Amino acid sequence: MTQQLSAKPMSPLAEFWFYFSQNRGALAGLAFVVFIVLLAVFANFIAPHHPHEQFRDAILVPPVWAEGGMSQYWLGTDGVGRDILSRLIHGARLSLLIGLLIVTLSLIMGICLGLIAGYFGGFVDTAIMRFADILLSMPALLLAIAIVAILGPSIVNSSLALSLVYLPHYVRLTRASVLSEINKDYVVSSRVAGAGSLRLMFITILPNCLAPLIVQATLGFSNAILDMAALGFLGLGAQPPLPEWGSMLATAREFIQSAWWVVTFPGLIILLTVLAFNLMGDGLRDALDPKLKQ
Amino acid sequence: MLYFILRRIGMVIPTFIGVSLFAFALIHLIPGDPVTVMGGERGMTATERAELEAMLGLDKPIWVQYFQYIGNVLQGDLGTSYVSREPVMSEFLTLFPATIELTVCAAIFASVVGLTLGILAAVRRGGLLDHTVMTISLTGYSMPIFWWGLLLMLLFSVNLGWTPVSGRMDVIYWIDEVTGFMLIDTLLSDEEGAFTAAVQHLILPSIVLGTIPMAVIARMTRSSMLEVLGEDYIRTARAKGLSKRRIIVKHALRNALIPVITVMGLQVGLLLSGAILTETIFAWPGIGKWLVESISRRDYPVVQGGLLLIATIIILVNLLVDLMYGVVNPRVRHSK
Repeated sequence: MTQQLSAKPMSPLAEFWFYFSQNRGALAGLAFVVFIVLLAVFANFIAPHHPHEQFRDAILVPPVWAEGGMSQYWLGTDGVGRDILSRLIHGARLSLLIGLLIVTLSLIMGICLGLIAGYFGGFVDTAIMRFADILLSMPALLLAIAIVAILGPSIVNSSLALSLVYLPHYVRLTRASVLSEINKDYVVSSRVAGAGSLRLMFITILPNCLAPLIVQATLGFSNAILDMAALGFLGLGAQPPLPEWGSMLATAREFIQSAWWVVTFPGLIILLTVLAFNLMGDGLRDALDPKLKQ
Repeated sequence: MLYFILRRIGMVIPTFIGVSLFAFALIHLIPGDPVTVMGGERGMTATERAELEAMLGLDKPIWVQYFQYIGNVLQGDLGTSYVSREPVMSEFLTLFPATIELTVCAAIFASVVGLTLGILAAVRRGGLLDHTVMTISLTGYSMPIFWWGLLLMLLFSVNLGWTPVSGRMDVIYWIDEVTGFMLIDTLLSDEEGAFTAAVQHLILPSIVLGTIPMAVIARMTRSSMLEVLGEDYIRTARAKGLSKRRIIVKHALRNALIPVITVMGLQVGLLLSGAILTETIFAWPGIGKWLVESISRRDYPVVQGGLLLIATIIILVNLLVDLMYGVVNPRVRHSK
C-alpha cells in the first residue's frame, strides 16, 4: 500500500484555495459576492428599466406573482412608479462602489499610519495610537453621524466619515503585525544591507503583514455596506433619487401599511450581501490564519 | 488594586479630552459662521457684530474658548437649543430615561436569549440545534436592524395587530411622570391596563435593538463553553459521576462566562448607537431620535451636547466593565 504523495509542496495560492474551499459557507458567500458584482458591472444591460424612470400609470404595482402584479415589473414598483428590481440592481453598483471606496481609503491611510507607528515607535507611536483609541471609544455609527453633522449629509461626506471611522482597526492591525516582524532576521539583514526606511516599511515588512489586513478588509466591506445603508436610512447618506438600498428603505416606510414589497426587497438584499461578505471573511480568516493549519 | 484602578482611570482622561475637543471643534467646523446666522437676513453693523462676538466670547483666542467650554460642560451647562430654547442638558435628562428603558430591555433580551442559545449549541455540538443557532447568530450579526424593525412591525403590528405600531405609550392613558421610566410610572399610576400597554410598546423595539448583541453573545458563549468543556477539570467532574446538568451549570458555565461578560460590556456602545436607528423606526421619544432630528434641523448645540454626553456615557461604562473585570480576574489587574 503506497500512498501517492506529490513531491512538490502546494503553491501558496493552491494551499489557500484548498482550505478556503473546505468551508461551504465561505464558498456560498463567494458565489453570492460574485453574483452581486456581476449585477453591478452589467447593471445597464440587466436592469429592465432605468432606475429613475417613473411609470405614472403603474404606481405601487405588487410583485409579478402577487395579485395585480404586472409582468414588466418583477418585484413591483414603488410610490412614484419606479421599477424596484432595476433600482436594486443599480443600487448594487452604488453600494459596492461606496464599499470599495471606503475600504480602500481606510486601508491605505491605516497601513501608512500603522507602518509609521510600528516602525518608528516612541512619541509618534503614542500619538497615533492615542488618536486611534479615541476614535475607537465611540461606536462607529455615532461617530459617522457626528462627522456627517459637520460636513452635511451627502453620499461623499458619509463615505469620508465611514472611512475615518474604520481607520483605527487597520492602524492597530498593521502596527501589531509590524511589531512582530520588525526584529526578525530578514528585516535586520535587509537593514544591514543598507535598505532605507521607506524600502524597509513598504517592500520588506508590509507584504508579510497582509494576511490579517485582507481579512479585515473583507469584513470591513460588510460593515461599510451596512453602515452606509443605515446612514441612508436616517437621511444622512445618499440623497433621493439615488437608488441606494438604505435610502430606498427610508422612503418605503410610509407604505408599510399598504405595500409590503417596497419595504421587503431592499432590506433583503442588504442582509444577503452583508451576510455573504461576512461568510467570505470568516472563510478567508480560516484559510489565511496559519494557527488553524495544523 | 488601587494602582490598577488609578491607572485605568488615568487612561480615560486623554480619551475624554479628545472627545471634548471633537465636540468643541464641531461647532467651529460647520459651514457658516454662527454670528452671521444670528444676525439674520438684515445683517448687522460692525460694532453690533463686535458686541455680539464679545458677548459670546468669540473674540478670545481659540484655546481660551475651549477652556471656557470645558468649564461650562463640567458645570452641566451644554448650551441652549436653537429650536426649543431649552437648555440641552435638561432636554437630555427628560429624554434619557426612555433610552435607558429601551436599552436595558434590549440588553436583557440579548443576554437571556444569547446565553441560552450559546449554551445549548455548545452542549449539542455538531447537531441540528448547533447549526440552527450558528445560522441565527450569523444572520443576526449581518442584520440591517432598521429593516428588521420594519419587517417585525409589518408582521406583528400591521398584519397580526398584536403590538402597537410606534411610540412609547397609548394616548388614551394619562401617566404622571415620576421616574421617567414608563414601566415604573404605569405601575405607580392607577390607570388600568397602562402597564400592559407599556410592555406591549417595548417588546418589538427591544427585540430589534437586542438582535445584534444577542447574535454576538450567542457566538461568544458557544465558543467559550466549548473551550471550557474540553478542560481537564470537566473530565474530572465527569469521572466523579456528577450529573451533566450540574457539570454544565456549576462547573463549566462559571468559567465560560468571564469572556462573555467582557463582550456584554462592549455591547453597550453598540446598543446606544443602535438606539438611534431603533428609536427612529418606532418613533421612540429617546435621545437617539432627538439627535437625528437635531442634525436635520441644524440645531448644533443639541448635536454637540448630545454627542458629548453619549460618548461620555460609553466611556464610563467601558471603564466600569474594565474595573469589574479586573476585580473578577486577577491576571488583568497585574498585567502591564
